[in-house]
Amino acid sequence: MSVLVYTENWDGKFKKASYELVSYATQVAEMLNTSVTAISIGKVNDDELLKLGGFGATKILKADDQHLNGLDNQAYTDIIARAAIEEGAGVIVFSHNNTGKALASRLSVRLKAAVGAGLIKLPVSLSPFIVYKKVFSGKAFAQVELKTEVKILTLMQNSFELVEADSRAEIVSFAGETGVPKTVIKDVQKQTGKILLTDAEVVVSGGRGMKSPDNWGVIEELADALGAATACSRPVSDEGWRSHDEHTGQTGKIIAPNLYIAAGISGAIQHMAGISSTKCIVAINTDSDAPVFEYADYGVVGDALKVLPALTRAVKEAKSK
Amino acid sequence: MKILVCLGNVPDTTTKVKFADGAALDKTGIQWIINPWDELALTRAVELKEDSGNAVDQVTVITVGGKDAEPTLRKALAIGADEAIRIDAEPADAYSVAAQIAEAVRDKGFDLILSGIESSDYNGSMVSGMLAEFLNNPSVSAVSGILIQGSEVELTREIDGGKEQVVVPAPFVAAVQKGIAREPRIAAMRGIMMARKKPLTVIPAVDVNPLTEFVKFELPQPKPPCKMIDAEDIDVLVQWLQNEAKVL
Ligand SMILES: Cc1cc2nc3c(=O)[nH]c(=O)nc-3n(C[C@H](O)[C@H](O)[C@H](O)COP(=O)(O)OP(=O)(O)OC[C@H]3O[C@@H](n4cnc5c(N)ncnc54)[C@H](O)[C@@H]3O)c2cc1C
Ligand SMILES: Nc1ncnc2c1ncn2[C@@H]1O[C@H](COP(=O)(O)O)[C@@H](O)[C@H]1O
Repeated sequence: MSVLVYTENWDGKFKKASYELVSYATQVAEMLNTSVTAISIGKVNDDELLKLGGFGATKILKADDQHLNGLDNQAYTDIIARAAIEEGAGVIVFSHNNTGKALASRLSVRLKAAVGAGLIKLPVSLSPFIVYKKVFSGKAFAQVELKTEVKILTLMQNSFELVEADSRAEIVSFAGETGVPKTVIKDVQKQTGKILLTDAEVVVSGGRGMKSPDNWGVIEELADALGAATACSRPVSDEGWRSHDEHTGQTGKIIAPNLYIAAGISGAIQHMAGISSTKCIVAINTDSDAPVFEYADYGVVGDALKVLPALTRAVKEAKSK
Repeated sequence: MKILVCLGNVPDTTTKVKFADGAALDKTGIQWIINPWDELALTRAVELKEDSGNAVDQVTVITVGGKDAEPTLRKALAIGADEAIRIDAEPADAYSVAAQIAEAVRDKGFDLILSGIESSDYNGSMVSGMLAEFLNNPSVSAVSGILIQGSEVELTREIDGGKEQVVVPAPFVAAVQKGIAREPRIAAMRGIMMARKKPLTVIPAVDVNPLTEFVKFELPQPKPPCKMIDAEDIDVLVQWLQNEAKVL
């Protein structure tokens, strides 16, 4: 029995989230006294693949067939299912991101394996096999028993620390047969040069209290100083002040940065549901009774248009020391 | 073309959740709503049907749930679905829900099957892909746009840091998210009147065992109060973020 982890790549590269995932899989494998095999689909060079060894994978299956460029959920599931069977995987780990959700769900039916979806820590017990997750958009936690022999786990991003390991990984070419991919990708549009909201460790976010899209300069300057991504509340994106992919919350992006700075955001439950896994929340609001202060760790009562530039100055000063 | 929309029935998001014996949701006093993304999926399905260029002849909604889920189906009919199906079973887990829906819709000629990306209660994001696998259909997830162009359905799929335009052959299953429709459609009086006459069929459940079981629920620990910083003294905030919270 082994633990299999699917490591997604982005244009041939892994991200910190990939290493977190391998770290997690390695800890699960330690609990089960077994080893970790990673599977990578698509074109990734060997140096990049070997980095997965630095977090505990001892074997790396490289499935880089030409026809596998571009996500096709069925073809990818074919490959991962075959790898799981050949490796005798007892546990298969995915990220709880769009790709992970799409593949874990199909694989569950293929292998008749229970899924623990959106986990935030290691299994609580092995027998029975019980996992731990958030439910009701962060308003509660649940323990879930997985009742099948093979288990699938999907891990929330940013919920597990990197653990370096000094295992050396061996790369094995893997030619899993697949059906003909049915997904035709006609066009791709990517933002470039920006820190992605879902990857960011620090996020600066503005709400309707920012008053006008013309005032976003102070948010962007603070984000620049912090190496942060920018976000917003839903009314802000609905008004067209900011692009739709910046809106966080129940109906927008769900993120888990280390630090979230909310400026001019009232703290509606639907907004907070998108950031309930954030480690530290700072709120800046003119109204000392705004609900956002019930969720925040640190609060400033004041005009965001003045407080944000002051904060930018203070951050720059602290960083130059 | 026939569209099926999978609807989950979930507690209103502003509900304070409580648990009976820590093992199940205490349902007293809960307001139930259509899962927000499913409502958007339905809105888009109805838009596609109304726009006559699309040759959509029928929008069907389906839910796995007890009799108490029927008001949600009626609401969907009032919004514009043509018919509703309730599979008579308490939803136990994603696997069993997907298996139930697959049994009920297999070979019924649905070209486009839409689900939401996630249920706002148990936050699994699993039903959609599972249903596709049971039906052996292609699936596309994180879909934020659907356009019908002749015989082709073009989907916008959200990827990390961007979007893709993709086409898969019908029948297929799509998990939709924000962007698919601008605002959920509100049922008008006329819709509510018409909904009473539209068919709501109850079909018996098949025998499937769930693969997972919720064994315990916990509420979060109360959080320590927010530490306030004087707006004139922002340096203090930076020091705390560095030395106390250790996030800078
Ligand atoms: C089903 C459903 C789903 C939803 N999903 C989401 C979601 O995913 N994400 C989301 O964000 N919302 C969502 N909403 C909307 C949500 O309920 C709130 O309406 C929204 O979050 C409020 O946005 P806001 O805080 O920017 O604006 P407001 O509520 O208008 O708050 C503005 C705040 O700014 C403060 N302020 C004013 N001037 C200043 C100043 N100069 N400096 C500092 N502070 C100032 C005010 O005191 C106030 O607290 C959803 C609603 C529903 C019903
Ligand atoms: N009981 C149910 N009946 C019908 N559809 C459901 C049910 N539960 C979930 N779904 C659909 O599956 C999607 C994803 O749900 P989940 O996997 O539970 O997060 C939802 O957005 C619905 O479209």
